[in-house]
Amino acid sequence: MKHRFLASPFYKGIIFPLAQMLAFILGSGTVLSLIIIVLAFVLRGTAIDQAAVAKNGTDIMRYTIDNLPQVLIDGVTLGFVYAAIALGYTMVYGVLEFINFAHSEIFAIGAFVGVEFLIALNNAGVLAGASVLVSYGWLVLAIIAAMAASGLVAVTVERIAYRPLRNAPRLVPLISAIGVSFFLQDAIRLVESLTTGEFHRIIPSFGNFDDRISLLNITLGAFPLKIDLGVKSLWVIVAAVLMLLILNYIVNLTKLGKAIRSVAQNQSVSSLMGINVNQIISLTFFIGGSLGGAAGVLYALKFTRIDPYVGFFPGLKAFTAAVVGGIGNLTGALLGGIVLGMLETFAGAYLSIFTMGAFGAEYKDILAFAILILVLIFRPSGLLGEQVGQKA
Amino acid sequence: MKKFSLALLSVLMITSILLAGCSGASGGAVIKVASQSPLSGGQSSVGVDIKDGADLALSQLSDALKAQGFTVQLAPYDDQANPDSGVANAKQIVADPTVLCVVGHYNSGVQIPSSEVYHSSQLANVSPANTNPKVTDRGYVEVNRIVGRDDMQGAVGAQFASSKGAKTVYILHDKTTYGQGIATFFKSKSEELGMKVLGFDGTEEKANFDAILTPVVSANPDVVYFGGMFDQIAVFIKQARQKGYKGMFLSDDGFDSPEAAKIAGSGLTDGNGTYYSTVSGPAKLYPGTAKFQTDFKAKYNHDPLPFAAQGFDSMGICLKGIEEATKANGGKLPSRAQVATAIRALKDYQGITGTINFNSKGDLVQAKYFVIQVTSPSPDKWADNTIAQTLDLQPPQ
Repeated sequence: MKHRFLASPFYKGIIFPLAQMLAFILGSGTVLSLIIIVLAFVLRGTAIDQAAVAKNGTDIMRYTIDNLPQVLIDGVTLGFVYAAIALGYTMVYGVLEFINFAHSEIFAIGAFVGVEFLIALNNAGVLAGASVLVSYGWLVLAIIAAMAASGLVAVTVERIAYRPLRNAPRLVPLISAIGVSFFLQDAIRLVESLTTGEFHRIIPSFGNFDDRISLLNITLGAFPLKIDLGVKSLWVIVAAVLMLLILNYIVNLTKLGKAIRSVAQNQSVSSLMGINVNQIISLTFFIGGSLGGAAGVLYALKFTRIDPYVGFFPGLKAFTAAVVGGIGNLTGALLGGIVLGMLETFAGAYLSIFTMGAFGAEYKDILAFAILILVLIFRPSGLLGEQVGQKA
Repeated sequence: MKKFSLALLSVLMITSILLAGCSGASGGAVIKVASQSPLSGGQSSVGVDIKDGADLALSQLSDALKAQGFTVQLAPYDDQANPDSGVANAKQIVADPTVLCVVGHYNSGVQIPSSEVYHSSQLANVSPANTNPKVTDRGYVEVNRIVGRDDMQGAVGAQFASSKGAKTVYILHDKTTYGQGIATFFKSKSEELGMKVLGFDGTEEKANFDAILTPVVSANPDVVYFGGMFDQIAVFIKQARQKGYKGMFLSDDGFDSPEAAKIAGSGLTDGNGTYYSTVSGPAKLYPGTAKFQTDFKAKYNHDPLPFAAQGFDSMGICLKGIEEATKANGGKLPSRAQVATAIRALKDYQGITGTINFNSKGDLVQAKYFVIQVTSPSPDKWADNTIAQTLDLQPPQ
């Protein structure tokens, strides 16, 4: 008989998903750290080590270990942003077996709505003198506004561009999605350029978001170990975790979630069971879109500057993450996002020094997409995807 | 009924054809001066002010040409800080026979390919802000500039860093002709002066500098030099300060804009501060600009940004050149080649940014270079930044 605790909503809703996230973070973090430390160990004394000493004054082992904590934290932060966006892609694929390429622009719209909201508050003079807690409150409000806007845009896009094409051959809604993506990019650009000629936006500085919290400041023998965490990174991680927990609750522990899962499994039978399939699909788009919108505000918070094309690269990478984790699988999207975020940050930090400057930090994207190709060759359904046979 | 509507239609057609035919200016010919600068996008704040400065000059300095019966107009174009847009606009500009001069650009990477198009039509181009040496090194008689050059500016930056006691420097650039150009000049002068160059990297990244910052912060150089434009560098500075970098930031004239303070705020004044070299000093330095500032503010409701005064002078030079060419041509409309020669031949033009003389390549015979320190995180106080150094240098022969 199953232990009562294991079946309780507290366990299934909070403990299990948190444990899952922790496992993914620790797993990918440990694997990548080990790889990089072993690599540094093997390269001690070689030309690469000497080049590192010449450039930084520290040998390669020291450089690797010094930067490791900061790289891990940055990796987790970025990973959660990608995971939040990847969930949008994966939910829509699960329900419709269709890649919503416009999701990257839904992410961008969320970012812009949130940032414009904060800029409007800043211009009204409200943010400047706000205390830390009040500014947190304003940020939460901005995130909610962005979620609502993105969700609504996603539902509208589905209604206008995808629903009429639901019975068309698979390629047609895909092209429609790409078209919607271009349209939304330039719509954002148009709206943003109406006031000034500039169409990028900078998030205003307020509250204590620019501060860093010192977690560790000790000296281990000859190594000074300093780990500090930016308030922004902490916010991104906490907000993303909360959103993922809420999503997990909705999908796994409510009747609505059950309806979504059943439509994902078999659309026609679900409608026979009395589920309004169109409504459920719209709801899926709303949830996925609002997650993307929230991720947009978090991205703007962390990276300060957004422009209408800000959705393109994160969207592409989040899509990669969803595929790597197993598209259609929510846990897979989470795993894929975290793995990809970690990988990208590790590559960005260490590529330059491990290749003696031959590959600069901007080649980190190559690594991410190389992983995508490798996963698709050797495990096409993704790390956590089911091995689905060819559909007749 | 049918006959009536047919008659009405033909009357309307004839009237519209007549009206179209009468659209030319009555009296003398039309002279247009085109301007190309970024009017949209991340650098538009400065680009729009360059155009507005030129427009102000047109309204104030075209009396001599008007007296000769010409109508003078500004034809503004948006190059979006993008070489492809600049070249496409340039082709449109040269196709319009009434355009006799071009004021532009703001980005050297856009000016260089666009001026190839101007050169093929012998259309004069006066640049208010382009500093890359290649702009004039090609020896085109049509291309002139009223600011200094990056080979001198980069060296000025390096000498300043050295004078501040810097021993190590990390150099970054934005991969454009301008940014990479000036970073390369800075690098060669730094090595000459004995400073250690810890890194030389280019990036097009505008938002997520985490990956680039890891090696920079861990190397902890005395100075970080970033060759590029303000919209990118200010975000970088903000993130670098957040990562704990306390050293000095040094940049170039592309950084000169109050937007940088808006983006980076106190990041600019923390640590060892932020300095930038520039070829255009703050307006208070130039004696002639007091009237320009009041007129500009009255017409456009804000103080002029950097390079607006240069936009004013560039238009003034274009108009003077056209005037001289018209006089030499006996009062008739000059050709483009004549205007270009007249501009190059101008002696002691009294601009609001100084007395202007061009050498045989189109550079200023003597140009001013400044190193400026950012003194306040408030964008409204940008014009009050302290000048750490002023130099008058001749370009290399």
